[in-house]
Amino acid sequence: MKPEGKKRIWSDYQKEMADDKFFYVRSCIRQSFFPGSEQFFLNLMRNILGKDVYENPAHTTCTGIGYHSDIVLPATIMTVIARHFALMKEAGYKNIVISCVTSFGLYTEILETWKHFPGELEKTREYLWKATGREFDIPETVAHTSDIVYKFRDPIAEKAKVSLVDSNSGKPLNVVEHIGCHYAKMFPKSGIGGAEFPRVLSGMIEAWGGNVVDYPERRHCCGFGFRQYLVQANRGYSVSNTEKKFSSMKPYKPDFVLTNCPGCNMFMDKWQYTIKELEGISYGENGESIPILTYEELAGLVLGMNPWDLGLQYHMVQPEPLLRKLGIDFDPADKFRTKDGRQMPVPENLINA
Amino acid sequence: MNRFGFSLSKGRQINYDTNDRSAAEYVIAGEPSLLACIECGGCASTCTSGNFTSFSLRQLNILLKRGENDSLRDELRKCMLCGKCTLVCPRGVNTRNVILLAMEAFNKSQDYAV
Repeated sequence: MKPEGKKRIWSDYQKEMADDKFFYVRSCIRQSFFPGSEQFFLNLMRNILGKDVYENPAHTTCTGIGYHSDIVLPATIMTVIARHFALMKEAGYKNIVISCVTSFGLYTEILETWKHFPGELEKTREYLWKATGREFDIPETVAHTSDIVYKFRDPIAEKAKVSLVDSNSGKPLNVVEHIGCHYAKMFPKSGIGGAEFPRVLSGMIEAWGGNVVDYPERRHCCGFGFRQYLVQANRGYSVSNTEKKFSSMKPYKPDFVLTNCPGCNMFMDKWQYTIKELEGISYGENGESIPILTYEELAGLVLGMNPWDLGLQYHMVQPEPLLRKLGIDFDPADKFRTKDGRQMPVPENLINA
Repeated sequence: MNRFGFSLSKGRQINYDTNDRSAAEYVIAGEPSLLACIECGGCASTCTSGNFTSFSLRQLNILLKRGENDSLRDELRKCMLCGKCTLVCPRGVNTRNVILLAMEAFNKSQDYAV
């Protein structure tokens, strides 16, 4: 194929994103389990890249987990999301940035629904007005936070203090990228590279010096899947999917996994502990497990942030072997200490610690 | 049940890279006529054991070739070695010998002892 033709086709797989002035909405899972990620995103955007990011404390859950468990009705979730758009309108912003892949999938699904069924949009306007007296506008751009970090991957690479290279051997680290299903599998146009050639995480890894691992189950679900997890008796389905994915990536010896979805991050992290307890299996080298990082945590490490400020200690699989490999200095005594020097309780059963 | 209240289910994917096909190789070395099998199912339809159970020599043949030894070991026990399948085989496969060789292969290997 001619290079011009290739370029034209690839342009269909891009998405429009704003450069500045973002309205930020948080994720329920991430702010509970990986709070350092969202904190660092705001720090990165505001203080390092100098962008305007607004966050409203009146923002609530999108109710996505309830929606995917069949306990929240579509009309309800549309009204909840319309309220978020109303908060954005009141603050004078037009570009929404969503921290969660589940929420991102829902926002895109609802915007698509309103596009094809304008009657639903009008009904939602009426419900929101009756319930809260608010009005809303459709956002000009909708982006996931990983889209924004991807967009600014080169400026981050220019400021980088750490490269994704093994400090002992000098070889690039092998990185598995895992993209949340709801990011682009439902609405391919909403993701960079679509559903076929997702580029959002592999672009970051390559820009920051790592090597992207391709393996048979690369696009397999992490195992979360809402229904498989929420009922305890069904969790075997969830953990079996995770086992399938990790068995497939194990021969390629990944140094860590990079994810853009809160659910994937949590389950690929915590299920490694569960599988180790159930079957005694570990998927990393030397009997260790594979650390699972968010893209903000990785960007923070690349920019030379303190790993404990990024919240890496709150993962089940601890990052120390990876930090040593990257040649990052860290103080083990600071790991579970607050900023004012108080010792926090140390969790039990951490892996790789 | 363990303390988690759920367990890991093994995948049903057939993985030719990891399955042990040594039993199939042993049988084919001893009875090369098995390679002439066209999987017509004549053996299974005439089988005395298969008349009242789910036993099928055609299925057994497939399990053997795929290296699905756990299922194969359980199936082998159902054969009564009457030899009717050998009489009806249009390709002249000595099916009775196939069963005997498969049992022999498993008896030689402690992992798959019948």
